[in-house]
Amino acid sequence: MALNIPRRAGRRRLRRFTRRDVVVLGVLLGLPVLLDIVIIWGPTLASIGLSFTAWDGVGDVHWVGGDNYKNLVENYPAFWPAVRHNILWMLFLGLVATPFGLFLAVLIDRGVRFSRFYQSVIYMPVVLSLAIVGFIAQLILGTDQGVVNTILNNDENPIDWLGDSHLNLWMIMLAAGWRHVGYVMILYLAGLKSVDPQLKEAAAIDGANERQTFFRVVFPTLRPVNVIVGVITVIEALRAFDIVYAVNKGRNGLELLSVLITDNIIGEASRIGFGSAIAVVLLTVSLGFIVTFLVQELRGARDR
Amino acid sequence: MSRRNLLRGAAIGAGAVTLPALLSACGDGPGGNKNEVSVGSNASDPVPKKAFAAAFAAYEKKSGKKVKVNTKDHNDFQENINRYLQGTPDDVFMWFAGYRMQYFAEKGLLHEISDVWSGFTGFSDALKDQSTHAGKQYFVPYYYYPWAVFHRKSLFQKQGYQQPKTWDEFIALARKMSKDGIPVAFCDKDGWPAMGTFDYINMRLNGYDFHKSLMAGKESWTDSKVKGVFDTWRELMPYYQKGALGRTWEEAGQGLAQRKTGMAVFGMPHPGTQFKENERDDIDFFAFPEIDAQYGQDAVEAPIDGFLVAKKSKNLTGAKELLKWLGTPKAEDTYLALDPNNVAVNDGADTSKYSALQKKSAQLVSGAKQISQFMDRDTRPDFASTVMIKAIQDFIGNPKDVDGLCNSIERQKKTIFSSPVG
Repeated sequence: MALNIPRRAGRRRLRRFTRRDVVVLGVLLGLPVLLDIVIIWGPTLASIGLSFTAWDGVGDVHWVGGDNYKNLVENYPAFWPAVRHNILWMLFLGLVATPFGLFLAVLIDRGVRFSRFYQSVIYMPVVLSLAIVGFIAQLILGTDQGVVNTILNNDENPIDWLGDSHLNLWMIMLAAGWRHVGYVMILYLAGLKSVDPQLKEAAAIDGANERQTFFRVVFPTLRPVNVIVGVITVIEALRAFDIVYAVNKGRNGLELLSVLITDNIIGEASRIGFGSAIAVVLLTVSLGFIVTFLVQELRGARDR
Repeated sequence: MSRRNLLRGAAIGAGAVTLPALLSACGDGPGGNKNEVSVGSNASDPVPKKAFAAAFAAYEKKSGKKVKVNTKDHNDFQENINRYLQGTPDDVFMWFAGYRMQYFAEKGLLHEISDVWSGFTGFSDALKDQSTHAGKQYFVPYYYYPWAVFHRKSLFQKQGYQQPKTWDEFIALARKMSKDGIPVAFCDKDGWPAMGTFDYINMRLNGYDFHKSLMAGKESWTDSKVKGVFDTWRELMPYYQKGALGRTWEEAGQGLAQRKTGMAVFGMPHPGTQFKENERDDIDFFAFPEIDAQYGQDAVEAPIDGFLVAKKSKNLTGAKELLKWLGTPKAEDTYLALDPNNVAVNDGADTSKYSALQKKSAQLVSGAKQISQFMDRDTRPDFASTVMIKAIQDFIGNPKDVDGLCNSIERQKKTIFSSPVG
C-alpha cells in the first residue's frame, strides 16, 4: 500500500501535461522526426526508387527495372575504377594516414623538442577545406607551372603528376592525407592527455617497456578516441569528393562513386535514374561500414 | 493528454516550419518590374563580361529600360542549366546554338521566338537553321568563333615553317617542330578541348554528313571509319607536348604564347585571351588540313553563342524587345568592339574595325560548305559528358587500344540513345 501510493501519484503526474507542455513536446519530438523523414529517409527511398527508372529530370519517369544496375556493372567504364578508388582511399586513410597521425601524437605527447611548434604546423592544414587542398595540390604538382616540376627543371619531359592516371590518385591521397594526419593527431593528443599517468607508472613498475606500455595499457584506454577517429576516417574517405573534383572533376584516374553520381545527376542532361543507381551502390557500401561498426560498438559496450 | 493530441501538436509544429518554405517556393507571384529585363549570363571571364556589359548599357541607353545581368561561372551555369530553366530563370539567358538548344526546346523549357525572328535581317539560312527546332525559332545568334590550327606568325617566320594544306604536310611540320624542341600544344584536363581535334579529323576523313549522323547516334562507333579517325589521330600523338591530361586549355594557351609550343587546334578565343594584348596581332591560323581530297577543307567548326528565352520567363515582352535589339548588327558591333576574339554573325555588322585575325575568321566561315558546332554541342549532352570525355581521355592515355575503346563507346551509346526522353 505504502509502495503503491507514490507510484500512482507519479503516474498521475506524468499524465498531467498542460496543453502547452504537449505542444512543446510535440514540436521538440515531432520536428526532428519529421526532418529525419523529410531530409534523410525521403531522399534515400526516392533514390532507391529512382534507381529503377530512366528519368532526365524534366519529362516523364520511365520504369526500367534493373537495367541501370546491369548497365552500370557491364557498360560503364568508370564504375569499377571508382569502386576500386573508393576502397583504396579508405585503406590509405585507415592504414597509413591515421596510424601516422597517432604516431605523431605519441611523439609530441612525449615532449620532443619544439613539440608546440610541430603541433601547430601539423594541425594547420585541418582548417582548410578539401577543395582548397586540391587547389594547393595543383599549384604544387601542375605539369607546366607546378612547383615540383619547376624545381626538377624537367621542361623537356615533365612528370604529369596530376594527369598520369597511374600517379594522380596517389598524389591526391597524399594531399588528402596531409590534412587528415593533423586532424587525427589533435584528437589523439587530447586522448593521450587524459590517460592517467598512474597507469603508465604502474606498468613501468610491473616491468613493461615503453612499447608494451603503449600497446597494452595506453592504447586500450584510448578506446573512445579510437572510435571517434575510426568514424572520422571512414567519413573522410567516403566524402573525398571535393578534392578530386577541384583537381580534374574526378576524371582520368581520380574517379570516385560520389563523382560519378554528380556527373550523371548534375549537368545539362541528367541521367537521374542511372545516377541514383550509383548512389544506391554508395549507400550500400556506406551502410556496410556503418552496420559493422555499430554492431562492434554495441557488442563492445555490452562486454564492458 | 492523449497520444492523438501529442501527434497533432507535432503536426502543427512541423507545419509551422515547413509551410512558409513551401509557400515561398510556390510564390513566383505576378508583379516584376516591366521596365526591367533580367539576363542570365555565363560570361564570367573578364573580357566577354565587360563587352556584354557595354552591349547592355547601349540597349539601356537606347530603350530607357533596365537590364539586370546575373553572371554565373561559365561551367557552373552549364552544369546547372537544367535546374536553372525549371526553377526561376532570368527573362533572357545566354546559351549555345544547335543540338544543345534543340534539346531544351524539345523538353518545352524554351519560349518560341519565331515572331522576333520574322523581323530579323542579315542572318544566313545556315544561321536560321542552327536557331530552329521543329520549324520554330528559339535562338538569337550573337557571335561565333571558328576552330582552326593556331600559331604565332613570328615563330613560323623565325623557324621557316610553312602553313600546311594536307595531313602529310601537317605531320611533317609537327615532326619538325617536335625535333626543334617546340612540340605541338595539347591539353585535355578539362575534358573537352581534344574533342575539336576528333571532330576535324572525322569531318576531313569521313565527311560532314557522316560526322553529323555519328553525333546523332545513327552510326556505329565500331565502324571502321571511326577507328580510322583514332588511327589517324595517333599519327600526330608522338609530336604532342607531354602531359596533356594534366594541362588546362589556359595553360596550353600560355605555352603557345611563350613560344614553348608551335601550334594548337583551338577555338579563336583560346589563344586570343591567353596572349598579351600587344601580342595578339602575332596570332595566326590555318584551316585544319585536308585528309581526303573528296572532302577537302569544306567543313568548319564554328560554335555559335547567343540568347534564348526561358519558358518561365516573367517579362516576356521585355525579353522579346531585348532580343530584337540583340539581333541587330549594331548590338554585335558594340560587343565586338571590346571582345576581338569572336566574329559577328550578322551580315550587316561593321567589319571595318576587324583585326586581321577576325577578317580571316569571317572569311574562313563564309567560305565553308558546312558548319559544325562542336562535339558537345552536336550530340546529346549526356552522351558527350558522361561517355565521350572519358573515352577521349582514355585514348590520350593509351592510344593503342582503339578496338576496345570503340566497343565501349558503342555499348554506352546504345544504352544512352535508347533510353527514353521526356
